Amino acid sequence: MINIPSTFKISFRALRVNKMRSALTMLGIIIGVGAVIAMLAVGKGASQKIADQIASLGSNLLIILPGSTSAGGVRMGAGSQPTLTMGDTEAILREIPSVADIAPDHGGIAQVVYGNQNWATGIRGTTPNFLNVREWQLASGRAFTDQEVKSGAKVCLIGQTVVDNLFGNIDPIGQVVRLKKVPFTVIGVLAPKGQSLTGQDQDDIILVPITAAQRQLFGTPFPGMVRIIHVKAKSTEDLFDAERQINELLRQRHRIGPKQENDFTVRNLTERLKTQEESSKVMALLLGAIASVSLVVGGIGIMNIMLVSVTERTREIGIRMAVGAKTWDIRLQFIIEALTLSLIGGVIGIILGVGGSKILSAFAAWPTIISPFYVLLAFFFSGMVGIFFGFYPAYKASLLDPIDALRYE
Amino acid sequence: MPLIDIREITKVYQLGDVSVKALCSISLSIENGEFIAIMGPSGSGKSTFMNILGCLDKPTSGRYILEGTEIGTLGRDELAAIRNKKLGFVFQGFNLLPRTSALENVELPMLYYGVTAKERRDRAMAALKSVGLEGREHHFPNQLSGGQQQRVAIARALVNNAPVILADEPTGNLDTKTSEEIMELFTNLNAESNITVILITHEHDIAEYSKRIIKFRDGCVVSDEANVRGAKNYSVIGSEGQSNKGFDTLTL
Repeated sequence: MINIPSTFKISFRALRVNKMRSALTMLGIIIGVGAVIAMLAVGKGASQKIADQIASLGSNLLIILPGSTSAGGVRMGAGSQPTLTMGDTEAILREIPSVADIAPDHGGIAQVVYGNQNWATGIRGTTPNFLNVREWQLASGRAFTDQEVKSGAKVCLIGQTVVDNLFGNIDPIGQVVRLKKVPFTVIGVLAPKGQSLTGQDQDDIILVPITAAQRQLFGTPFPGMVRIIHVKAKSTEDLFDAERQINELLRQRHRIGPKQENDFTVRNLTERLKTQEESSKVMALLLGAIASVSLVVGGIGIMNIMLVSVTERTREIGIRMAVGAKTWDIRLQFIIEALTLSLIGGVIGIILGVGGSKILSAFAAWPTIISPFYVLLAFFFSGMVGIFFGFYPAYKASLLDPIDALRYE
Repeated sequence: MPLIDIREITKVYQLGDVSVKALCSISLSIENGEFIAIMGPSGSGKSTFMNILGCLDKPTSGRYILEGTEIGTLGRDELAAIRNKKLGFVFQGFNLLPRTSALENVELPMLYYGVTAKERRDRAMAALKSVGLEGREHHFPNQLSGGQQQRVAIARALVNNAPVILADEPTGNLDTKTSEEIMELFTNLNAESNITVILITHEHDIAEYSKRIIKFRDGCVVSDEANVRGAKNYSVIGSEGQSNKGFDTLTL
């Protein structure tokens, strides 16, 4: 029969007697728990940032680029050979069931002029499906229609950065901008997406119907040529299937023999980001693991102090044994004392860890995320450290001979 | 059935290759309500004997039966329970927990045996009152005089209504006047509550309070006699317990 509330009271009293010593012992646990929480918060923040970028890219995205040309041993790099066509785009959507949507893309950099303002930006000729593939919303106005694509209408959707640079406070909808001296009517504004993974401003963009881009702005070596094809797979699981089937289909359509290299490249961006997200999670765990080493060191500090405490209080142990304390009464007293130390340290560590991560995000602009699960885990872990490292001193105390203990000076 | 029945108890300490005989074969019995003083020079084995009586130590051989319970076969925790229920300890150095109030010191024996907080408090208050420390319940040991500290220790020994109090030189650290007060307290407890008191002492004055004096020398009982002055209604019990190893002639 063990009296837990009384035992906690005894522990508190014992810890109060040696305030400085208790505080220094706790410091080890405080630093350990604080470090674990801060490191996990930083790690989780980093992986969340990547996850957000995956979301902004559009999930389950594949990108098909044309192959490279090589002239006399000089290879020109991906995209230098015009091999992709509108026909490819339509065929992929039609024949591959795991593809949810597809958007061709043909464009380049051009100067855009509005009134007395001008701005160089990336212009993409595409179809309305592009917004779906890239999961892009409109902030205002409307998207262009398939009909407008077919007719090569001179309309455009503009990104937030372009709006800021050209229009200021003017509502851009209905205004006419000039792309390469060709007038285009602004019919919609894209919702802001922010930076891409590589730091590019995704909002510095103008979307026009692909036919307009091909015929009016950038021209093509042959009709229907496209520079990039964006593909949205039905699900993450479908990504690999889609990638393989696109490869097969395009090899067939481009009449590439079994030994020949592809004249196009399929890039799985989502997969690549997922890998990065995984590695950042591993990184977070690694940081947490390193931080938990300090928690273990803190635990050793507790064990050290508890051993001293047992020696100092040998006579007290003797008295308790003489009046009837049993083996586990003594053991629990010291375990609870160690537990009290580690739990108080744990709580302070949690406060410092959470505060520290907030300061880190405020001053170093690192995204940090405090997960309640990790906080609970750290608290639980600090308790386990107390029990684990408190056990040996408690065990030693419980094995004392009552006679020797009573005589101890 | 005697309260304490001790048969041919020996205690041998092993110091390296040498074995030291701390107690030679001791047999005696103690009835309920006795008041016994154990005397003897240092190293006579009286403390060893007291430790065995107090279930703090086990004899090397022989039997110790306390209120019908065979002590020799009990484990550590069972001995702790016996100490808690049947024995009260009073030490020379008081052995109170420092930085712990008188009340909490007295509550200590009840802490480990599931007594509710309220009952602990009530019984500890009553025990302190019975030793004349009413009003000093919340004093810490360092705020109490030696005599008062010893009274706290006696209250702690009484609080579980143990039938036996074992006192190891309870007046050793006290002045004469305080010693008398403490001994009167023991006498009253013995007379009024029929508590068996067994105490170790060097001093004849202290031993005079008892009803029976057992003398030790070199690990053996050399005399075990009624103390007529201290005990009016005393009768010799367990005379077979007297040691007879030829030391009788040496005593007194």
